[in-house]
Amino acid sequence: MKTLSELNQIKESKQAQVNLREENFGLVKVKVSMGTCGIAAGAREVVKAILNEARKDNLHNIQIFQTPCMGKCDLEPVVEIHYPGKDVITYVHVKPEMSERIIKETVLNGTVIEEFTK
Amino acid sequence: MELARAHVLVCGGTGCTSSGCEKIINELNVNLEKYGLTDEINVIKTGCFGLCALGPVVIVYPEGCFYSRVTPEDVEKIVEEHLLKGRIVKELLYSETVVEGQDDVKSLNETQFYKKQMRIALRNCGVISPEDIEEYIAFDGYKALGKVLTQMKPQDVIDEIKKSGLRGRGGGGFPTGMKWEFASKSVNEQKYVACNADEGDPGAFMDRSILEGDPHSLIEAMAIAGYAIGANQGYVYIRAEYPIAVARLQIAINQAKEYGMLGENIFGSDFSFDLGIRLGAGAFVCGEETALMTSIEGHRGEPRPRPPFPAVKGLFGKPTVLNNVETYANIPVIINNGADWFTGIGTEKSKGTKVFAVGGKINNTGLVEVPMGTTLREIVYEIGGGIPNGKKFKAAQTGGPSGGCIPDSLIDVAIDYDSLISIGSMMGSGGLIVMDEDTCMVDIAKFFLEFTVDESCGKCAPCRIGTKRMYEILEKITNGNGTLEDIEKLKELCYSVKNGALCGLGQTAPNPILSTLRYFEDEYIAHVVDKKCPAGVCKALVSYKIDPEKCKGCSLCARNCPVNAISGEIKQPYTIDTTKCIKCGACVEKCRFGAISK
Amino acid sequence: MSETNTMVGTKEQFLELEKIIAKYKDTQGALIPVLHEAQEVFGYLPLEVQEKISEGLNVSMAEVYGVVTFYTQFSINPKGKYKIGVCLGTACYVKGSGDILEKIKEKLGIEVGECTADGKFSLDATRCIGACGLAPVLTVNDDVYGRLVVDDVDSILEKYMDL
Repeated sequence: MKTLSELNQIKESKQAQVNLREENFGLVKVKVSMGTCGIAAGAREVVKAILNEARKDNLHNIQIFQTPCMGKCDLEPVVEIHYPGKDVITYVHVKPEMSERIIKETVLNGTVIEEFTK
Repeated sequence: MELARAHVLVCGGTGCTSSGCEKIINELNVNLEKYGLTDEINVIKTGCFGLCALGPVVIVYPEGCFYSRVTPEDVEKIVEEHLLKGRIVKELLYSETVVEGQDDVKSLNETQFYKKQMRIALRNCGVISPEDIEEYIAFDGYKALGKVLTQMKPQDVIDEIKKSGLRGRGGGGFPTGMKWEFASKSVNEQKYVACNADEGDPGAFMDRSILEGDPHSLIEAMAIAGYAIGANQGYVYIRAEYPIAVARLQIAINQAKEYGMLGENIFGSDFSFDLGIRLGAGAFVCGEETALMTSIEGHRGEPRPRPPFPAVKGLFGKPTVLNNVETYANIPVIINNGADWFTGIGTEKSKGTKVFAVGGKINNTGLVEVPMGTTLREIVYEIGGGIPNGKKFKAAQTGGPSGGCIPDSLIDVAIDYDSLISIGSMMGSGGLIVMDEDTCMVDIAKFFLEFTVDESCGKCAPCRIGTKRMYEILEKITNGNGTLEDIEKLKELCYSVKNGALCGLGQTAPNPILSTLRYFEDEYIAHVVDKKCPAGVCKALVSYKIDPEKCKGCSLCARNCPVNAISGEIKQPYTIDTTKCIKCGACVEKCRFGAISK
Repeated sequence: MSETNTMVGTKEQFLELEKIIAKYKDTQGALIPVLHEAQEVFGYLPLEVQEKISEGLNVSMAEVYGVVTFYTQFSINPKGKYKIGVCLGTACYVKGSGDILEKIKEKLGIEVGECTADGKFSLDATRCIGACGLAPVLTVNDDVYGRLVVDDVDSILEKYMDL
């Protein structure tokens, strides 16, 4: 490696790791409700799908949390998105196929997808 | 490494390694596989987190859960409950981070231990994998070297370091920028940059943690130093007792070469730099700069008189800059953030932070980094969590065998280079041993002298003979045979050795004695005049007694006495024959009624 | 070149030594790195090995010997696979660790600081290790044996001889 810009490229490509380990409040936090009911309703597949979508888009600013049961058992799988500066967005009955839109619209832009909230 | 959902950081410092972190990492990998999580979760072995008293340590991100005293048996629970089901395992959390009634955890930065710390030299320890250069780069690694080689001239670098006020962290506190300037002004085709990683002070492990946790910061800093003074070759002198540090540094050097951070024309400039490791071989004196260089040259580690100073005539007779590991660890940050940022931290004459290895009678043993000017009280009672078992603080020893003690009356001293010297101690490399009411200060002085006598290289008479004579007097005193004249002779010897010795080892060997005499002379007098050891440590001056009121005559003590010094009849009070008693204390430990005392 | 001294090391070990010397021949300050690597190969640094190094690096024997004896990590005497430490602290001594030491010396045929010919055991007298309640105490590498009587020596040594 011979130039500063090459150095920067390496830094950027590893940026995702940096963000995960710092207490960084500018990130978009995606919280997926787990617990027994969540898992039974398919929350694990939702998490994997969200992670895959994030990888496809090379996202650097996302933190994915698995949380214990959020108490909305009949609405599982539930996903909360905490976009900086906006109210918490809650999506219910989330399926893996919905993850592409969630990433592209909500995580990247903060747009609420109305039909996912019902 | 693909984007992961969670990172599990396992401390891989020497302390946690001896406590079994490898088994923990193994269990993690096995269980992640078992629960189908390997694709989403990364396990990373890092350097020392600092809170050694709670090791083995595992931190899970993104939540920032600090799991402490983790055993291999705990791992499955962490994987199944936390990583799979999202339920944080509260009983394994560091108690201070638990938030009752919530699933969150308190940030580590809000705990007593970390709140007042400012981790600059230790910035990457416990955060990155020390064996992955790309993680170092992700945290701004090698950016300073790039800046220096493409935007700054050598004199600019020296000016910046001078402006920052950085002083040598090995103990001497000599202004780093000035040292670099002397070497830069020496005219010679060949110059060297060297690093003192000999860390011989018993109780000090700051440098070890930086080498094990963030070796690239040292490489980057040494290359910067090489550019500043005009050297193309560096050596790191590491003590052989640090095998993990040696291995990690070698891996880092290999990676740096692979990525072009070491070698020819770094960052496309005219500057080339190579780095080699030289092992020590078990001699404390080789931590002294001239002895260190003599050792690298392949000789007995005997110091040389100065002048000439290393910056003029050092390694192999060439101009050399020799700095401590921690000093180097500060360099990339100063270049990146600027000297003005650095001068905003610390006190007027001591800028920046200092890493301390806190040990002894204290709850939170481990590695802490605090801004200069932090008081000893804050370190002992807030960061350190106070003295265990409700005992009283007596003194803190800084500077190891070259340093002195700070008594309770001075616990509010703001720690910096000059304040410590003014009270008879010194900063030293950073070892800070806390002592309580059960420590005998005369015994401590004797302990340090025993060490110094053993490690004296023997070249100069004041140290070779003087330390031995001082030790003999201390032995006499702790054996109950000392006189007041002995104390006077001791003081005289201290001054002779201090002024006559060739190198720092001899010159500072009397410090523990002078310091304990200054603040605890009453203990010396008690040993010599009353023939008593107030702390109850010196065996010759201690006698064990059974209180007949409390003794139930159970005979447990007599049965455990290795020399059959205790006698009596069942259900009658027992007695100790003090002529036979060897003061091992086994009876005190066994007695269930607290009937035996010193 | 003299015949390989089989009491000190094997032919392979001496060949290894030559390679090490050749590797460092042109390095400045080569003596200590060479000594470290030589000790890895032989387990210690006997005079014969020191002589070879002295010749190979063109450093006087006095210098080599001076360096080996200065640093605690370098050992002129072989260390065994099992390092026996007999505690001679006061409690142990009074309980007869001196007799235990004598028994071991007799059984293994070595003095304190020496090693058996097969390289299995080496013997050291240590300072108090703080296990006075178990006096007398001996250690073999990291294993601690306490409350010993002279007759225990046989069974302890046998345990390691079989390994």
